Amino acid sequence: MMEYVGIVLVSHSPKLVEGLLEIIRQVIHDVPIEIAGGTDENDIGTSVEKIMTAIGNANSGKGALVFYDLGSAKMNAEVAIEMLAAIDVKIIDAPLVEAAYVAAVEANMKKNLQEIQQTIQTEF
Amino acid sequence: MELNVNDFMRWIELTNETIQQQKNYLTSLDQPIGDGDHGINMARGLQEVMNKLQTNEYQEPSEVLKNVSMTLLSKVGGASGPLYGTAFLKMSMAIKGLNSVSMEDFTKGLQVALDGIKQRGKSNAGEKTLIDVWSPVVEHFSNQDVTSDRLMETAKRAMEETTNTIATKGRAAYFKEKSLGHIDPGSASSFYMFEALAKVLKEKE
Repeated sequence: MMEYVGIVLVSHSPKLVEGLLEIIRQVIHDVPIEIAGGTDENDIGTSVEKIMTAIGNANSGKGALVFYDLGSAKMNAEVAIEMLAAIDVKIIDAPLVEAAYVAAVEANMKKNLQEIQQTIQTEF
Repeated sequence: MELNVNDFMRWIELTNETIQQQKNYLTSLDQPIGDGDHGINMARGLQEVMNKLQTNEYQEPSEVLKNVSMTLLSKVGGASGPLYGTAFLKMSMAIKGLNSVSMEDFTKGLQVALDGIKQRGKSNAGEKTLIDVWSPVVEHFSNQDVTSDRLMETAKRAMEETTNTIATKGRAAYFKEKSLGHIDPGSASSFYMFEALAKVLKEKE
């Protein structure tokens, strides 16, 4: 089985990450990309549980990269990662739309977590 | 003075009462310099906390705080979820195994809670956040004999002083100097927490 680095998109709004996923899926089909938008009730905000589930589903053994929109989304992502100590996950501080797109393309080229992280750091 | 399970339950219960009463006020503080949801988020989170606390039996205070933490983490959508959630989780870990908590142990708990908030928010005092209330309160607990009146005064003054600072963390930081003249909403909800704690102490004085 082909294994890719997974991608997790976290936003305060479910619509925002649904839209972003659509944009990326136009080009990248095989990389696991999971979204965690909004609170448990789909209100504006983020949910630790949704982020944990998304990370779990995005990870196929090669770890996952988490992209987020605004400050408190990052804090909840950190909490989620601390609770999932076993999975190799990194939070990326870069513009959500462009960085996630770049990461999806790189993951599709079978780059590993560190390589993708490196590219994004150089790019943004 | 020692604090037991009932005191901690009472602390959370009184916090919830005030937050429900002040829900609209907290939101009105959050509207000019934030996203206007602090009152709604805190009221929802604490209501869920109360529902959870009432359905469980607790052997020791740390279990109460752990439940508070987990519920705030999962039910509050905004920044207050991970910040208060982390604070209560750290406090819970610090007093684990104690059936009644001395003021000395409680002070240690507050200190690690504050450290947890700073670490989670990558922030320090003076950035117009809840840390501006937690920091002087922890210092107060560390330095002198705490009384309910002095605790209340310390927390209130600290909250009011956030009016004079420019936000450099959180959503309010986007407003830069326009954030002057407003009380920080997170400082206000933290004040209500310590006001509730002062009431618990007063009942035991």
